[in-house]
Amino acid sequence: MRLIRRLRANLVVIAGVLALVYLIVPNLVVLAFSFNQPKGRFNYTWNHFSTDAWQHPCGVAGMCGSLTLSLKIAVYATVAATVLGTMTAFALARYRFRGRGATNMLIFLPMAMPEVVMGASLGTLFLNMRIQFGFWTILIAHIMFCLSFVVTAVKARVMSMDPRLEQAAQDLYATPAQTFLRVTLPLAAPGIAAGALLSFALSFDDYIITSFNAGNSVTFPMFVWGSAQRGTPVQVNVIGTAMFVIAVLLVLAGQLAGGRRKARG
Amino acid sequence: MTTPSTSTAESDDAVRLTGISRAYGAFTAVHPLDLAVPAGSFFALLGASGCGKTTTLRMIAGLETPSTGTVHLGGQDVTALPPYKRPVNTVFQNYALFPHLDVYENVAFGLRRRGIKSVRKQVGEMLDLVQLGPLARRRPHQLSGGQQQRVAVARALINRPKVLLLDEPLGALDLKLRRQMQLELKRIQTEVGITFVHVTHDQEEAMTMADTVAVMNAGRVEQMGAPADLYENPASTFVANFLGTSNLIEAEVTGAADGILRLTRAGQELTLPAARCRTGAAPGDRVLAGVRPEKITLVHGDDAEAVPAGRNRISGRITASSFIGVSTQYVVDSPVGPDLEVFVQNVERDTRLVPGAPVVLHWNPEHTFGLDAEQDIDAGLDAGSDTDTGSGSGHGGGAARGRTEPGTGPGDSTGSTDSTDSAEGAAV
Repeated sequence: MRLIRRLRANLVVIAGVLALVYLIVPNLVVLAFSFNQPKGRFNYTWNHFSTDAWQHPCGVAGMCGSLTLSLKIAVYATVAATVLGTMTAFALARYRFRGRGATNMLIFLPMAMPEVVMGASLGTLFLNMRIQFGFWTILIAHIMFCLSFVVTAVKARVMSMDPRLEQAAQDLYATPAQTFLRVTLPLAAPGIAAGALLSFALSFDDYIITSFNAGNSVTFPMFVWGSAQRGTPVQVNVIGTAMFVIAVLLVLAGQLAGGRRKARG
Repeated sequence: MTTPSTSTAESDDAVRLTGISRAYGAFTAVHPLDLAVPAGSFFALLGASGCGKTTTLRMIAGLETPSTGTVHLGGQDVTALPPYKRPVNTVFQNYALFPHLDVYENVAFGLRRRGIKSVRKQVGEMLDLVQLGPLARRRPHQLSGGQQQRVAVARALINRPKVLLLDEPLGALDLKLRRQMQLELKRIQTEVGITFVHVTHDQEEAMTMADTVAVMNAGRVEQMGAPADLYENPASTFVANFLGTSNLIEAEVTGAADGILRLTRAGQELTLPAARCRTGAAPGDRVLAGVRPEKITLVHGDDAEAVPAGRNRISGRITASSFIGVSTQYVVDSPVGPDLEVFVQNVERDTRLVPGAPVVLHWNPEHTFGLDAEQDIDAGLDAGSDTDTGSGSGHGGGAARGRTEPGTGPGDSTGSTDSTDSAEGAAV
């Protein structure tokens, strides 16, 4: 009886913990198997502990090359999509112009459309335009689908901004350029940051669209997929774990910085 | 466009609007108006929401482009200047504090934009003036409404503008805080000597704070003057009803002699000083005779004989009374109108004055004002009712109407002097 009562009292906590476990266990499995020394070619069953893979993360042919390509594309795509997307979002949120409604709708299309359709049709387009598949086609494809996420994130933020804040800045002698730099941009920053982070994550792990437009280039997700057919190297788990840890550390750092700013007041 | 010579001629005015108007498509928010605000004064633009007062303010700030007319600040034509080049600062409705900057940086914002490097001393002094020194490193969202309001004032005042514009700055505060901030703003204005232009829909706020009040209605300035002057001598039914409460009685002019107009309505005779009548009145014309509820003395019908001669008097019957502490508000049904309002100070309360009691209202004819009967007798009534001034002495509320058909004759008259005092101190 007491057990039931206690369960009932902590139902929310229990549900929360279970959800967290659900989210984190796969990552822990990846972490654990990055220390495995598999018996055969497949890293699916535990054999015995080893730090070999951590000592030689680039020990697999082609893997680190694909990782570098993915990171490069992710950074470029993020920068380009964030700049373009932020400008688009401001235009859509602030100005009335012909075709605004259509733009508003079309910008959602890359998010709503199945990726496989998107990738295939883009591939056809490149083929018909006789564009060499490779780095640039991947980058163009990534910028395209990242753009809609940036626009959505930034637009939501800009729409919720009080226009009087910019008027107040102007009233306090800020020129239009100063107003944008000192007030508008800092206020829109959370939306822009969210858009940029999403872009990076989406670009880094995109497989479907990339595979249609990569030609001979191999990105990290493509490498992982390819190697999964023949036997996954442990190094894939190392990279996966490293990305996870970096992401967690970034979030923690962000929260710490935010907390300190609050505590200062 | 005005020529420079006329600008310098009237440079005493901190703000001068000439023929300024603003139209949005077919809707005219502000009709062409002229307005001069003397330097160093506390000026209030008073009106109900949508009357064009905020648009007028924003045209002074440069946040709104006038459709016609010019804006002069201290003799300089600024009509074509963008807001960041005008020597004015604004305290916005809901303050518009920068949420990403702390109090200190909010206040320093204007100085920094003008390239001033060492702001520490000035910001410190300004924060002391508004008593926010210890909160300098807080963010706006960590402050209470009153504190935010003071940051907004400090942020604007630190720039020493020629004119400080205040757009309903107290609207978001609760009543007690609002009273406190009214006094605070008045103190700051006296201390720094900067011209304040204050937009408000709260007639009491305008009257307590401002030296000069301009009452706006439907994009026009109805009347402008000192608060007491506006209250005592309203020029239109809108002003009479929007500022406090008025009893307006439509009456016919029966004679004019020695600067006194004789009026009649439903067999009741009234007199009105011709000088206080806003419209030319010849015998046979109709005018609206107005009197403020606190000018009226109320006596029980039994004491009617004791009413001195020469007073304007009306007989009636109490239909409702409400006790408000310092005073009692009576509604009286009379031949000249079904709900005349009377405010009686609670000095010595006459227990006979209850609903149903026959009464005689009388007042000094000097306290009667005359208005043009052509205008809407109810103008400004709805507009005034949304001002929750919370006044205990009975501002606001509806005015008494006097447009009913003639009724029976005057009431009986016997008895002694009544004990109630007229409540002239209740208003203004």
